[in-house]
Amino acid sequence: MAIKYEPVIGLEVHAQLQTKSKMFCSCAVVDSVSETPNNAVCPVCSGMPGTLPVVNQLAVEYGIRVALALECQVNPVSIFARKNYFYPDIPKGYQISQYEQPLAENGKLNIKIAEGQKTIRVRRVHLEEDTGKLTHLNGSSLIDLNRAGVPLLEIVSEPDMSSVEEARAYAEALRDILRYLEVNSGDMEKGVIRFEANISVRPEGTDVLNTRVEIKNLNSFRALERATAFEIQRQEKVLEAGGQVDQETLGWDEDNEKTYSQRSKEDAHDYRYFPDPDLPPLVVDKAWLERVTATLPELPRAKNQRFMEEYELTAYDAGVLTAEKAVAEYFEAALKKLPENISPKSLANWMTGDLFSLMNQADTTVADLKLSPEALAKLIGLVAKGEINQSTGKTVLVEMFSSGKSAAEIVEEGGLKQVSDEGFIADLVKQILGENPDAVESFKAGKETIINWLFGQVMKKAAGKANPNVVRAELDRQLKEA
Amino acid sequence: MSSFFELSLKGLQTGLRDSSFTSRELVTDALERIAKFEPHLHAFLYIESEPALRQADEADKRLASGDKQEFPLLGIPIAIKDVLTVEHMPATAGSKILEGFIPPYTATAVKRLQTAGAIVIGKTNTDEFAMGSSTENSAYGLTHNPWDKSRVPGGSSGGSAAAVAARLVPAALGTDTGGSVRQPASYCGVTGLKPTYGRVSRYGLIAFGSSLDCVGVFGRSAEDVAIIFEIMAGPDPSDATSSDTAVRTTKFEKQDLNGIRIGVPKEYFIEGMQAEVQEKIRAAISQLESLGAKIQDVSLAHTEYALPVYYILAPAEASANLARFDGMRYGPRVNANSLFEVFSKTRGEKFGSEVKRRIMLGTYALSAGYYDAYYGQAQKVRTLIKQDFETAFKEVDLIACPSTPRTAFEIGAHAGDPISMYLEDVFTLPASLAGVPGISFPAGFDELGLPIGMQLLAPEFREDLLLQTTHIYQQATEWHKQTPPTFDAEKI
Repeated sequence: MAIKYEPVIGLEVHAQLQTKSKMFCSCAVVDSVSETPNNAVCPVCSGMPGTLPVVNQLAVEYGIRVALALECQVNPVSIFARKNYFYPDIPKGYQISQYEQPLAENGKLNIKIAEGQKTIRVRRVHLEEDTGKLTHLNGSSLIDLNRAGVPLLEIVSEPDMSSVEEARAYAEALRDILRYLEVNSGDMEKGVIRFEANISVRPEGTDVLNTRVEIKNLNSFRALERATAFEIQRQEKVLEAGGQVDQETLGWDEDNEKTYSQRSKEDAHDYRYFPDPDLPPLVVDKAWLERVTATLPELPRAKNQRFMEEYELTAYDAGVLTAEKAVAEYFEAALKKLPENISPKSLANWMTGDLFSLMNQADTTVADLKLSPEALAKLIGLVAKGEINQSTGKTVLVEMFSSGKSAAEIVEEGGLKQVSDEGFIADLVKQILGENPDAVESFKAGKETIINWLFGQVMKKAAGKANPNVVRAELDRQLKEA
Repeated sequence: MSSFFELSLKGLQTGLRDSSFTSRELVTDALERIAKFEPHLHAFLYIESEPALRQADEADKRLASGDKQEFPLLGIPIAIKDVLTVEHMPATAGSKILEGFIPPYTATAVKRLQTAGAIVIGKTNTDEFAMGSSTENSAYGLTHNPWDKSRVPGGSSGGSAAAVAARLVPAALGTDTGGSVRQPASYCGVTGLKPTYGRVSRYGLIAFGSSLDCVGVFGRSAEDVAIIFEIMAGPDPSDATSSDTAVRTTKFEKQDLNGIRIGVPKEYFIEGMQAEVQEKIRAAISQLESLGAKIQDVSLAHTEYALPVYYILAPAEASANLARFDGMRYGPRVNANSLFEVFSKTRGEKFGSEVKRRIMLGTYALSAGYYDAYYGQAQKVRTLIKQDFETAFKEVDLIACPSTPRTAFEIGAHAGDPISMYLEDVFTLPASLAGVPGISFPAGFDELGLPIGMQLLAPEFREDLLLQTTHIYQQATEWHKQTPPTFDAEKI
């Protein structure tokens, strides 16, 4: 009988910290895609002789935020170390990183999985600097040092994930946290979050630790997912064939969707880490920790939970509304302006339904909305008060979304105000029933659903402005009397 | 007067302010002396004539306009060791690997002197990347000792020491990682200060051993050295290891050493050292006693380990510090077929043998499997050496000892024997590892007429005590006033 295997996966996540200046010099952090190469470079980040690094305090603070959010212990003293290797994209011949005594250790992150939730332990969180970027062109290589020295946070998990889905869930949860903490844009296309996966497989249910491989430079969730899945299968096949997995560093070939060997164990670098004598130990005292703790925002999972409990939202709605901090803030801002008798659920429906579909169509984000939370609350108020009906409300929302005008203005200009006058509606109903004697006969013959068709005819005649409740009541009354 | 450089730095300040002479006259004199003596000395790697004269004219204008209070060094020419960067001047660190490199930034220490009005007239010779004790390791030719052309000036700051000794400039900057200011000061008969680690910014100092590197000063007296030192010292936001501790200004009013306790460590009087050195240093210690100091024995028990500790830690740091010289962004590149061949050929051909030796030593000491036994162990012993000093300074205010075991040696004497060369620094290494300040000043001559240097060491940030004590000694003695015979102003 064939053995069933299970993967053992650990992730290293490199997240760019969105500070204004670089990790160890005052150069601006620029868009690595659009900026002219080597435009944000100085003697320090280009590794000129005699220059010295100075730690960017904001980057440290961002690192502490993440560490606290991941429930890590922040080390009161951490050490910057030199990681030595030669390559043209590291100007000093070493990368300043942290090795022994990182910024923080022993944290955890809960992720959602099919069976509920799972805790992934976080081994360490440390600060380091990014490398430059090499471009190979017609047999020569070009170097851009704009990215060299940009602050990075490396977050290393324990090998606690046992499926591709869990790896993805962990990566996404981490991305959400980084965005919530406003330390990283979450802009995956710009390479601001990069993954490295450590993978081994073992017979299911055992605690054997087999040889693991490391896949480097996975720059999207898709790449992470595909590469991990590919590698698990590859290793299973090797083991099934009675072979052994080699310890090596792999790359991911995006086009052919397969991993390839970059370095074998024998070629592994000896990075000769040692404490960087240019940088005194980094001291994070209690006062600093307390200051950062005080400014820590509510995190996605806590917010999700609160939205479900406090606003009585479904898990789905709470999930969608808290996935992005800006959306959650929009929701709560609108909620504050909402008349008291309207439920948060109703606001959630407006947002997750109509507003989100408009946003999707226009490919826009909450930050770019012309429609303020107050304006949305007012629109919902108008519908609730019966000043306009639900379907007019939706039409008005479309107009608000594109023009930014207020609901009142649009209703006024378009003469869209709902008509609830019973005499007027009674006349309309009478007219429609008169024009459709066949329908009335069908109703009498027991085909009660015909009433919906008649309702539509009345609403059409009223150009959508009639109060639907009054119309239904009047239709009921007149049909019974007919 | 035949040369302005018979005057002290203080004398030059006064003369310029009194309009006894102009900065142009001063700079012209310096350039003339350099032109005359450089062929015999080779103290300089770069001389800046025209721009220096232009700056002198500007200084003269300022002096004439009375705008001079904030510029204590206005119009005074100085020289800078070529491991410190000066914007628009070549910076070679004595190495072929930096040939043609012109940095777009100035070292903080130099910048502060320029801001105070000083005129940099040139860059002085150095052992390649400050690795050496004789300036023989310069890729651009060795420097001669002004007292005896057949001998070395010491190193690695040999160019600066020789330039001050030969009266080419009133003061010059050096750097001291394991003795590179104090040892050449001793060999050249000048006063040289190595400040506390972190007292003077390292920004712009081309790194050798980052946890040891200090910017120091050569002058002809403690008073002159103090003027330069106090302008350079103090915290610098560009150097995270620079100290915020307030700089103590040296008071030169005191005439005696009453109340000063001076310790004499037995570990600094060893077998194999030159008898005359021992003799003259003992005599100088007696002189300090007669000036009022209380002399007592102290022990610095771990002194013998300083050399091995230093030759693990400094090369380890250097192996990383020198990794940036890869031929990619600046300096020469030796082309080859593959990237790693470019790296190895560029570094193989452009670094000198001592530099390569230390890179290999350091790389080894940091390698997986060896780190704990070498780098880790050396750090522990470094702590013990530091503690030796802390303990000693609970009992005494200063420590007095020889700067070097011998006077200047002959060119080539240690060729092919790096260990015997390393031994020239045994008395300067411990203070470097401990991070404490030290000064070397002339305390006599041997029978060949070569200067003998006395070293004083003080607790961290007590440069004032070193300078004040040296000054009091120099008030009572004439050693520091001696001029190398060949370079006597009368013989121009």
